Amino acid sequence: MLPPQFQHWFGARGWAPRAHQLALVEHAARGESVLLVAPTGGGKTLAGFLPTLIALAGQPKRARTRGLHTLYISPLKALAVDVARNLDAPIAEMALAVTVETRTGDTSAARRQRQRHLPPDILLTTPEQLSLLLAHPRAARMFESLKTVVLDELHALSNSKRGDLLALGLARLCTLAPGHRRVGLSATVKDPAPLQRFLVPQPAAEEALSALVIAQGGARPRIEISASDSYIPWAGHLARHAMLDVMTAIQESKTALVFVNTRSQAERTFQELWAINDSNLPIALHHGSLAVQQRRKVEAAMARGDLRAVVCTSTLDLGIDWGAVDKVICIGAPKGAARLVQRIGRANHRLDEPSAALLVPANRFEVLECNAARDAVLAGELDGERLKTGGLDVLAQHVWGSACAAPFDAAQLYGEVRSAAPYRELSRTDFDAVVDFVATGGYALKRYDRYARLRKTEDGKYRLAHPRLAQDYRLNAGVIVEDAMVEIRLQSRGRPAGAGGRKLGELEEYFIEQLSPGDTFVFAGDVLRFEGLRETGAFVTRSSDPQAQIPSYNGGKFPLSTFLAQRVREMVSRPQDWHKLPAPVQEWLRIQEWRSVIPKPGQLLVETFPRGNRHYLVCYPFEGRLAHQTLGMLLTRRLERSGHHPLGFVANEYALAVWAARDMGDLDMDALFNQDMLGDDLDSWLAESNLYKRTFRNCAIIAGLIQRRFPGKEKTGRQVTFSSDLIYDVLREHEPDHVLLRATYADAGTGLLDIARLGDMLARVRRRIVTRRLERVSPLAVPALLEISREMVAGAVDEAILRDNEDALIRDAMRVD
Amino acid sequence: MRCVWTDPVSGDLLIDVNGETLLLDACGAAFSPAHSTLVFADLHFEKGSSYARGRQFLPPYDTTHTLQRMAHAIGRHKPARVIALGDSFHDKDAAYRLGPEERGLLQSLCRAAHFVWIAGNHDPHPPDWLGGEVAASFRLGGLLLRHEPGAMFQPGEVAGHLHPCASVARWGRSVRRRCFVSDGIRLILPSFGAYTGGLDVGDTAIASLFAGPFHAYMLGRSRVYAIARRAAARRAV
Repeated sequence: MLPPQFQHWFGARGWAPRAHQLALVEHAARGESVLLVAPTGGGKTLAGFLPTLIALAGQPKRARTRGLHTLYISPLKALAVDVARNLDAPIAEMALAVTVETRTGDTSAARRQRQRHLPPDILLTTPEQLSLLLAHPRAARMFESLKTVVLDELHALSNSKRGDLLALGLARLCTLAPGHRRVGLSATVKDPAPLQRFLVPQPAAEEALSALVIAQGGARPRIEISASDSYIPWAGHLARHAMLDVMTAIQESKTALVFVNTRSQAERTFQELWAINDSNLPIALHHGSLAVQQRRKVEAAMARGDLRAVVCTSTLDLGIDWGAVDKVICIGAPKGAARLVQRIGRANHRLDEPSAALLVPANRFEVLECNAARDAVLAGELDGERLKTGGLDVLAQHVWGSACAAPFDAAQLYGEVRSAAPYRELSRTDFDAVVDFVATGGYALKRYDRYARLRKTEDGKYRLAHPRLAQDYRLNAGVIVEDAMVEIRLQSRGRPAGAGGRKLGELEEYFIEQLSPGDTFVFAGDVLRFEGLRETGAFVTRSSDPQAQIPSYNGGKFPLSTFLAQRVREMVSRPQDWHKLPAPVQEWLRIQEWRSVIPKPGQLLVETFPRGNRHYLVCYPFEGRLAHQTLGMLLTRRLERSGHHPLGFVANEYALAVWAARDMGDLDMDALFNQDMLGDDLDSWLAESNLYKRTFRNCAIIAGLIQRRFPGKEKTGRQVTFSSDLIYDVLREHEPDHVLLRATYADAGTGLLDIARLGDMLARVRRRIVTRRLERVSPLAVPALLEISREMVAGAVDEAILRDNEDALIRDAMRVD
Repeated sequence: MRCVWTDPVSGDLLIDVNGETLLLDACGAAFSPAHSTLVFADLHFEKGSSYARGRQFLPPYDTTHTLQRMAHAIGRHKPARVIALGDSFHDKDAAYRLGPEERGLLQSLCRAAHFVWIAGNHDPHPPDWLGGEVAASFRLGGLLLRHEPGAMFQPGEVAGHLHPCASVARWGRSVRRRCFVSDGIRLILPSFGAYTGGLDVGDTAIASLFAGPFHAYMLGRSRVYAIARRAAARRAV
């Protein structure tokens, strides 16, 4: 099966090639595209490259005549760099004349130029870099010799906008290098078929699938759940009560990764651990807001084995192998079984040894969620994903990029785009609308024809109207839209804000805008005092105040997966299984059963009760905070109309609580929760939803309507500029069917608003709503009500904020002196 | 002396500026009942299409949007006179880029009231086919209306040009809105044009105009909110 050279190499290392590695060599010999599904530590990457190395080993050695053979694409540039390093060993030890290079945002301009003309045998890069390479006039020459594309961590890329971009790039590669084959590498997924479709060109009529190889699973992980029989908090996400358990787990392991779900949680956990770190164990912090140098330092220390633990967010979910990690600690809710598997897989990269994990629930609902997630992982069941269709905004970017490479024929490009799995169902009308959008903005009012970006050539092709537009494309390419960020600069106390200051990292602009000078927050492991915002950044000093106002800045908030929600609901509805749970949780559920009711599988429980001078309605869909927030917005609109005077609502991952001036117990809940709320109510709410406007902004940037802001090129305050919200308001009123608004709506279905999930839920609970009119709050309702002060989202909150500021300050404002 | 109060019938906010009473409309216009005059600032017609030359194709509906909102305010207050405080056109070619419908809408507005077009830095010479008169500044009782606030202290000055905005925060969220700014002696109007952004009232360009405390009158959905400078002052965005 393997050439002698390779057999010797495996033998010399004391290895035997694994079955799935050989299977991939076989598929390659037949010229087939294939998906390899294997758990971490299965020698996946080597399996992907083995056929390429075998093919190149047998080729003439003069590299200059060969051209690019294999393109490797990973979601992370760090992973590409790491893989390049790992390929060195077999290549050097077998003395293969194979060149391997990476191409990322960090690659020098000279090297990139050279790679275009003299590509290596194997090029390792990211989806964004592939788009840029394809948008170059030399693309056809560069890729004509391509034989293989290897897609790493395909499960993390496929069902996303980056996946759309990659799919379109692959479709182009099919035209430039017909007959090349693809290898997809994926962690264990519930359903591999969507990934198999992603790998091969889709014919117009039926669907095509790549071959599939499933590696034999490794050892079952050991998952413990930390739970005290004495005390478990009702609400909150910090798990302060369990920090000693976490510290003990760190002490017992060589190196531990401590995963949390948000950056503010990371900051807080890091602080809590150091407060009890009596033996001064080297514990570090890693999250996406820290300065890049800071993150690299932590990663390097980790690679050297200098650290005992790293507190981190999803930034370390994927990425390079750290052999020394032998324990994964997950604080808070796991959110999904697949995510938990991924995180647990970060410990121990050897297939045959079990990974060890400790789950630390921070509140009672999270105890249920952790138990559900553990059961699912041990049973080998994973969450499925709702498949998204290809975004029209991403398509617009691709159309623009295509014109940068060469004039294109619309019919030919349409055929190519439809061969990409996410765009299989794309209609010609939509495609033409996107081309029209790229050319002149695509407005019904044809104002911009004379400024067109794309013009028709004599033979009916579209060409770029001006070479400068290729440069614009390069500056705006990619589908990752970051929130506007502000640099955090640390200055010494007593100096005026704006003077000097070392960069600590960056935070979202919207968070900073909410701070007033003097406010304190935790960042980069310190309590900082906000001093003021200047053009160059937000200036802070160190604060001695241990009681910081903890920031709620975003980052890494994943919704509870539909699959896991289902399991949690089942767990709640089966009293015979409660004995597995810690005592405080059992007691909590039993009192709920006695005071109200435990909903049966498939039912939605709605409770109403008075408290204080307000009336509450609490329901428990378990569909995640995003879907609950959308539901809350829609319910308050209905309650407003029915005269119940809703005053506000709060949503968490499991429940939604609405409060009003009037008792809501007399409502027809089937009517209140009717699916028709997704019609007009949704539409009028979207018109003013901030989340929806943010979704629009992202689409507008990806599609190229609004240009990205670049450091140093931002408009300063004196230059009055426009915002995407203003554009949204005008476009929505005057051309509601515009292609960009359709792209936004499609995004909202799965993105920040989770409308699709809400729709499924409403359909599921139809005629299965159980209502209870209670005299007082039920045990299940307590966690949601406890969050009210922290997480309130009122119906017309913006106006309420204005009114409240006015009320509080009106005496000052009205003073006549 | 009353300086800020609410009309008991309409709910509109009224303020005194240098002895003249002005109604602050939530759409961003100011109305003087005594002089039957409605004032708009910084309309920036055809700002959207001005980006097309750089091949950025913003929705070409901003002028229509602005004109419709003007028409609504004129219909509500039925003024004898309308004053546009300058920068009514985004650039010197903007008037030529107007489509026939927008031009028609604008001319019909000019027939509904007497228009005074104050020249701004974006439009030193408004087009001559417009109805009404063109002026560098305009005196209205105790008020002096002009485009840019002067460097010299001028009681009764009513100006635009700065596009003031203010933000307030509560419950972990912030709200940023266009606003009027006044200390009872001078008044800055918010920009009215659909695509016009804003400058925070905490910026020195605005804050330095007022010697003492001033108020931001933030535009709500259907009314104007009076916010003390302490709450509103932040920074340029």
